[in-house]
Amino acid sequence: MSLLHEMNEKAQRHGIPLSVHIDVTYRCNERCEHCYLDHEDHGEMTTAEIKGILDQLAAAGTFLLTFSGGEVFLRRDFLEIVAYARKLLFNVKVKTNGVMIREFQAQELWRLGVEQIQISVYSHRPEVHDAITKLPGSLTKTIRAIRFLREQGLKVTIANVLMKNNFDDYKGTQALAHDLGVVYGLDPTITPKMDGDRSVLDLGVAGSMLPVVFHDETLVGDAAAYCAPPPAPGEDVMNGIPCSAGHTSCYITPYAEVFPCVQFPIVCGNLRQQTFEDIWRNAPQFREVRSIRARDLTTCSSCSHVGTCSRCPGQAYMEGDMRGPSTSDCEKSYYRTGIPSENMLRRGLAPPPSVGLVQIAPAPA
Amino acid sequence: MSVIYIARSSAIASRVLAGETMVMSVLDSTFFTLNEVASAIWQAADGVTPLEEIVTRNVCPKFDIPQQEAFIDAQGFVRELSAHGILHVSDRPIPEAVPAASEAR
Repeated sequence: MSLLHEMNEKAQRHGIPLSVHIDVTYRCNERCEHCYLDHEDHGEMTTAEIKGILDQLAAAGTFLLTFSGGEVFLRRDFLEIVAYARKLLFNVKVKTNGVMIREFQAQELWRLGVEQIQISVYSHRPEVHDAITKLPGSLTKTIRAIRFLREQGLKVTIANVLMKNNFDDYKGTQALAHDLGVVYGLDPTITPKMDGDRSVLDLGVAGSMLPVVFHDETLVGDAAAYCAPPPAPGEDVMNGIPCSAGHTSCYITPYAEVFPCVQFPIVCGNLRQQTFEDIWRNAPQFREVRSIRARDLTTCSSCSHVGTCSRCPGQAYMEGDMRGPSTSDCEKSYYRTGIPSENMLRRGLAPPPSVGLVQIAPAPA
Repeated sequence: MSVIYIARSSAIASRVLAGETMVMSVLDSTFFTLNEVASAIWQAADGVTPLEEIVTRNVCPKFDIPQQEAFIDAQGFVRELSAHGILHVSDRPIPEAVPAASEAR
């Protein structure tokens, strides 16, 4: 067990929000076709409000802080906010599209001691990346930003959301990351819009295409182990929490609302009306989320994948029940292992097995 | 014995969690946890207070450790953290040391 994992367990025992994600704005200079946000400004927090919240988070014990958006650099005060966070000794990670990062911004991020920068890249080909971001020239600017950041010695990760429109490019994007000397991460998850609109889910890759990435050892390591059937869940699994959201982590919107997670849009309180401590300790929504153990999940508790599934309680909530399954994760478990989830069996969603999903092939007679 | 001054690097993130101090180097993501004795030294590493004085004032009375034993242990702790670049060590005062981590729990 890593030291950080140990500290996360300690934070859970003491009810400390070790990790907090703050979106400082929903405004963006890109219009990514899969984005779940409303980019209009409905009254985002002022510099002073954000600094006040950072004071409260430091006092609450938060250590890992992620700034994201929207595009963070659309806030003219963004570097001032980062400087304040670093003065409070947070470990700071920044998510950005990089379009507005020049040498100066890269130097400042290094000088301020930002630990990691995550940049969205959808393809190594401008015609594909720019078609997704709907910003002509965006890939060129993003790659230039990565070079500036690397020249400063900053750690950069390319985050590649996998969709139908860029599925064929992920190996090229991975090679681009290698050439730039940065870490590559791929995620096939598309999130419904925060207002519940699920139409963007149609952009996601078909489940039948997922085995390609789940068996790609440059992504998953030991594919046989990664795709192995799940072990029978023990008592520790059934008594465990489904996710860290609301236990050791939470999310704050540009409008000062507090959610358990960016993908779990249940408003637990607003920092313009209450203190963080009050919301974190006493909000009924947080208490309900924290009360849930794997054994309480309505369908998943009887599913063979319960101990290994990437089930997202926020996605389940968006489907109508935070104790229910998140169907997209059921599909991932199925296409990873070839074993249908309990939810898929009950709903008749399990496709017939295909050759690519056979786990044990009998020897020919 | 020469006087030793210690100061926290500015390239770290730090927080106190239930009596232990978490410290991460933002340069190489090396992660440390400091027990209560080490935390007391870390919190007092202001660049201007000699290590021996920190041990005498912040460690010995609080943890009931003999001064000589505590000072030897403290020197080892300082060597280890300075090797990772998260603690600066000098035989002269170090100006502009970063503030201590917020006391959380």
